[in-house]
Amino acid sequence: MRDQPLLSARGLTRFYGTGCVSCPENTGPAAATNRCSACGTIVACAEVSFDLYPDETIGIVGESGSGKSTVVRLLHFDIEPSAGSLSVTIPHGAGRQSGNGQVHVQHLLDGTADVFGATAFERRMIRNTFMGIVYQNAAAGLRMQVSAGGNVAERLIAGGWRSVGAMRDRAAWLLDKTEIPLERMDELPRNFSGGMQQRVQIAKALSNSPVVLLLDEVTTGLDLSVQARVLDVIRSLQREFRLALIVVSHDLGVIRLLTSRTMVMKHGRVIETGLTDQILEDPQHPYTQLLVSSQL
Amino acid sequence: MSEHISTETNQLGSAGYNYAFIDEGAKREIRRKLLKAVAIPGYQVPFASRELPIARGWGTGGLQITLSLIGPEDVLKVIDQGCDGSVNAVNIRNFVSRVAQVPTTTDTSQATLIQTRHRIPEEWMSQDQILILQVPIPESLRTVEASERETRRMHAEGDYTRLWLYLYEDIVRFGEISIGARYPVMVNRRYIMDPSPIPRWDVPKLHQSDVLFLFGAGREKRLYAIPPHTDVQPLEFDDVPFRTEDFAGKCCARCGAEDAYLDEIVLENGQRSYLCSDTGRCDKNARCKELE
Repeated sequence: MRDQPLLSARGLTRFYGTGCVSCPENTGPAAATNRCSACGTIVACAEVSFDLYPDETIGIVGESGSGKSTVVRLLHFDIEPSAGSLSVTIPHGAGRQSGNGQVHVQHLLDGTADVFGATAFERRMIRNTFMGIVYQNAAAGLRMQVSAGGNVAERLIAGGWRSVGAMRDRAAWLLDKTEIPLERMDELPRNFSGGMQQRVQIAKALSNSPVVLLLDEVTTGLDLSVQARVLDVIRSLQREFRLALIVVSHDLGVIRLLTSRTMVMKHGRVIETGLTDQILEDPQHPYTQLLVSSQL
Repeated sequence: MSEHISTETNQLGSAGYNYAFIDEGAKREIRRKLLKAVAIPGYQVPFASRELPIARGWGTGGLQITLSLIGPEDVLKVIDQGCDGSVNAVNIRNFVSRVAQVPTTTDTSQATLIQTRHRIPEEWMSQDQILILQVPIPESLRTVEASERETRRMHAEGDYTRLWLYLYEDIVRFGEISIGARYPVMVNRRYIMDPSPIPRWDVPKLHQSDVLFLFGAGREKRLYAIPPHTDVQPLEFDDVPFRTEDFAGKCCARCGAEDAYLDEIVLENGQRSYLCSDTGRCDKNARCKELE
């Protein structure tokens, strides 16, 4: 028997605008747009459903504007869904560095509740206790006016840590794991290179020992050698921490390297899902075929 | 009535004004908001701050609380940075005693209402007294968040991570928390509150006190309160405990007090001398010394 999924998303939908009855047929791959011609609503993503199992890595691939980042931001509760549900199954005691955060939300973690219906406080507790996120733009995930160590400490504070020494020890350990020189721990991340900023973000995302790590275009904008180092760090941490990953990228190389299953998105809809190897070797949907064939 | 209370009240200039200057409707609103503030310790209650004959930001919040609570049987004390004789304290005292015809005092134990700026008196205060603090910036989260909408959300959800992060960064940079006055406190284990710019020395006096503390910010239009016997904890880390100013080995040059918050005075010869910041108690101590 298979494990219960950690995350189970059903019908994730997010639109910007008033919405109307004809939005579903006016948008999507068939209509080749995500803007409804009747009411002008932008359908960022619609009817996205998937299950994420423990230790598993799912990739979301698609062109710019296909709604892949919206999905990740919905899962991280950065934005609220227009429709859809998310259930979370996390056994008691799984939040390893979480302080007392799990106590407040344990009743939501049996896989039956829709956590989008939880209070803002409860959603924040779930996020702070079980989730980590790395954004494409380091400025979105880091506080540039706070030291690298402070950035890592932030989630620990949110999880109820109140010992400066213990937080500094953990921040130092994580920054070491992500190959940040410790003598730069108390420096502001704005003094760091793009690759270093990205690795500080990863250290921050891992500070609370998350169960699910969300990676949103982590290597985009980094040069190739730095990309390779960041991906190496992610791969070794994935094994070490037994993370479930959701990797968003338009780079099929990243998807091939990190993921076992992949969803292909276009105009806010999922057009193809399957094993990553299968999708890359034998793409079925014309768009996926185009994507695979146009890889350099 | 004690000899230290001045019973001389000034009747001049109050003709044509309501008792205690502001109108009864305004007083009723302020009292109602104060009741709400007392019911939710540490929560900032918005109120309609009235125009007064002094500029906003010069104690109008405290003054409106004083004027809406005061009655002819009250005895008023007004202090500014602990001092009864500074210009602000004297002017506010003269104004209130004129419009409310109340006696005034400099003796903390004799006063029923004490309006103060930046200090809490050193002397123990009883449940029959009310301490009214003037507040310039009621929002302790303003340091880390400029948006009022966002700070309200943070209070509502108890999301205080960013303030704690600010304290953490302070420790990393300076070895300890560098906040002098306005040290943030947790009230009743629920709301983080700005205790007004009192020195750290006064922060422990807020905890489980017998006296009712009322806070008024006239410019920012907020009232809040700490009712008697409420838990008030300064924010501190397990391994970096809160500490107050240290006056070990120093005493007041006038009254000899060793247990008071001291002002440092640089003398003409460059040497340093110390005087009590709380002049009311210093006077009392000095009189006792003379009698001995």
